[in-house]
Amino acid sequence: MAALLGRLCRRSSFPVSGHGFRMLSTVENVSESGKPMNLYAAINQALHIALETDPRSYVFGEDVGFGGVFRCTTGLAERFGKSRVFNTPLCEQGIVGFGIGLAALGNRVIAEIQFADYIFPAFDQIVNEAAKFRYRSGNQFNCGGLTIRAPYGAVGHGGHYHSQSPEAFFCHVPGIKVVIPRSPREAKGLLLSSIRDPNPVVFFEPKWLYRQAVEDVPEDDYMIPLSEAEVIREGSDITLVGWGAQHAIMEQACLDAEKEGISCELIDLKTLIPWDKEIVETSVRKTGRLLISHEAPITGGFGAEISATIVERCFLRLEAPVSRVCGLDTPFPLVFEPFYMPTKNKASFASDIGCNQVNCELLTPSFSHHV
Amino acid sequence: MAHFLKSSSSKSALLNILKHNLALVTPARRHLRQSLPPSIRASQNPISRLCNTMAEKLSSIGFHEDANNQEVMDFPGGKVAFTHEIHFISESSQERVPCYRVLDDNGQQITNSHFVQVSEEVAVKMYSDMVTLQIMDNIFYEAQRQGRLSFYATTIGEEAINIASAAALTPEDVIFPQYREPGLLLWRGFTLQEFANQCFGNKSDYGKGRQMPVHYGSNKLNYFTVSATIATQLPNAVGAAYSLKMDKKDACVVTFFGDGGSSEGDFHGALNLAAVMEAPVLFICRNNGWAISTPTSDQFRSDGVVVKGRAYGIRSIRVDGNDALAMYSAVHAAREMAITEQRPILIEALTYRVGHHSTSDDSTRYRSADEIEWWSKARNPLSRFRTWIESNGWWSDEAESDLRSRIKKEMLEALRVAEKSKKPNLKNMFSDVYDVPPPNLKEQELVVRQTIKSHPQDYPSDVPF
Repeated sequence: MAALLGRLCRRSSFPVSGHGFRMLSTVENVSESGKPMNLYAAINQALHIALETDPRSYVFGEDVGFGGVFRCTTGLAERFGKSRVFNTPLCEQGIVGFGIGLAALGNRVIAEIQFADYIFPAFDQIVNEAAKFRYRSGNQFNCGGLTIRAPYGAVGHGGHYHSQSPEAFFCHVPGIKVVIPRSPREAKGLLLSSIRDPNPVVFFEPKWLYRQAVEDVPEDDYMIPLSEAEVIREGSDITLVGWGAQHAIMEQACLDAEKEGISCELIDLKTLIPWDKEIVETSVRKTGRLLISHEAPITGGFGAEISATIVERCFLRLEAPVSRVCGLDTPFPLVFEPFYMPTKNKASFASDIGCNQVNCELLTPSFSHHV
Repeated sequence: MAHFLKSSSSKSALLNILKHNLALVTPARRHLRQSLPPSIRASQNPISRLCNTMAEKLSSIGFHEDANNQEVMDFPGGKVAFTHEIHFISESSQERVPCYRVLDDNGQQITNSHFVQVSEEVAVKMYSDMVTLQIMDNIFYEAQRQGRLSFYATTIGEEAINIASAAALTPEDVIFPQYREPGLLLWRGFTLQEFANQCFGNKSDYGKGRQMPVHYGSNKLNYFTVSATIATQLPNAVGAAYSLKMDKKDACVVTFFGDGGSSEGDFHGALNLAAVMEAPVLFICRNNGWAISTPTSDQFRSDGVVVKGRAYGIRSIRVDGNDALAMYSAVHAAREMAITEQRPILIEALTYRVGHHSTSDDSTRYRSADEIEWWSKARNPLSRFRTWIESNGWWSDEAESDLRSRIKKEMLEALRVAEKSKKPNLKNMFSDVYDVPPPNLKEQELVVRQTIKSHPQDYPSDVPF
């Protein structure tokens, strides 16, 4: 695997990519471009920079004061004081509602929801207040300084209420942006962009990667633009689109497919709304095939939106139906998590029952006949 | 295994795919788990972490006797006395919380009543604005009945809460309104023309024609734009108040809501948050008896809203909302405390919604005409205040009729101008969703414009594009 990865990295023409992930225990060399860092440390660094560079910035949420249950806010209260970094009562609608009001008076606000599973009491505030604040006032007021951070996704033992991926709910709301990073370096740059973006942003952090993903992260203050997807691996036979933690699964799929002589192009969407249609469209025009993968339940997931858009734009160029490998339409199940997850052998099974041409081709040697 | 691995489930997925991958993957993950220090392993489970914190807290609790030999317990928040009786706190006090007022039902100043002096100039403006508000309501209401406006909601019966609150504040105080407080805008200088422009959603509406009538807002006048959602403005107000606190401003935030709004989670979240954050915010509840058709008896079993402040550690007062002098005095005092002591204050103003909920409602279907009549006549906030200013020699019948005819004329003119005015340009449908329209909105705007060009007869002609 190490040899494969090394080969892949050399071949990649995109230096900022998930290929730099390493397990914590295997970090050996510090790159000149930054320090090896896991995702929660990268988030923490971004928050330090945000508070340092703007005296009108605030960080708050449940248990934020002592560093947060995932340690993302470590050292902030000590450094910037308890009036700028503080605990809130356990009330998500209060946290977000408070953040909107604070942002509306010209502050930069970073509100933490402890788990994305618990964001729903704040849904009304996000949908009816934050998202419409600028529009309904004719741009007399805005709460664009607001960023809502929330850990999302599977974690191996989280069950119903510590595992959900609720991004699709928020992608149906004009007026907010939804951002999900795939790696430590991306997390830092995208979070700083989200914090400084003049629109409210919901920023979902892949909690499984908080400690697991390690990557060289530049120490300086840098931003990665929102609404710009990235081709993190070039290929010619099929386009794969995903975001956040699911990227690691998709990279594995690309590696395996490559062994079968299938060339995969992998795109990290990064910002789900407003999303970068052009980069996906350009890629699918080249490859003729599209596979979208996300951890959230397949029905009504954001993959459906991408699929519909690409079919509209590239119908005559498609050589196979657009395919989705996603979470199932059940609540997130604890002991059944391994069966629930959109893993690579889901694709294999789909090919067996012949319901999914793209996956069939992706994992079948005869695929090469088609290209 | 240099590559990142996500999960045991993805691992099991890999097992079934490529054998040679399997051999490399499994040992690497085992190695990782064993190499994690215990602190990290523990902290990956937030539940166990929280249990540990609770255990630490409990161990710091002491049990001892105080100076009076009464057994007390040190508990977070202060000493708690022990009792040997099974004693439940009563669900309510013996007597209801009294209601502060200065003027009696006839507008006579009650002897020895405490109130903040109001100058002639302020008092006359208060009365004039209450009258203006009422005339504006009546004319807009009639305009809606005639089909000229799509919708309207009056403030009739609640003029004193609107105007007296506004008078007791400074222009720097930030308002987070619900939708029955246009009087604050009026007091601050929003013109009848500006009100009419919003109600017609014309090109001069600051909201660019995007919201229903009565959803006013003015950046210039520190009055945040109304949303129709109930009580969502309350947590917003707390956040804004915290900003004023951080900036050490000599100002507070004032937010309004109704008896129905006090049932919303946002109300409870906001009060608790405001107390904890020590935010200078006034929560003013207009308890007008009705949430559309729901009477307060179906809304709560507490003694109204005022008692809820104490549960959150918030100083609270109940005021006669139809007594402008009492409202003025209470808000004035509350503002002073909120700013100098940096704390939230809850005011429950008892009043009555004399009008229907809105033009979509006929309230005689659920309440008696007699009840409406009684509140409108016997407890009328305008006539009470008029009696008082007249007794001070500040008002006369002549001033009354001059004012009424002038406002009526201005109002009809404002209505005429606003109605005649063009609607906002179509481009305003797509701007302000974000600071800059993203590509999808640009595309959608093009499609809409092309559609209008092909079928102009099917679209309103007063919207320029």
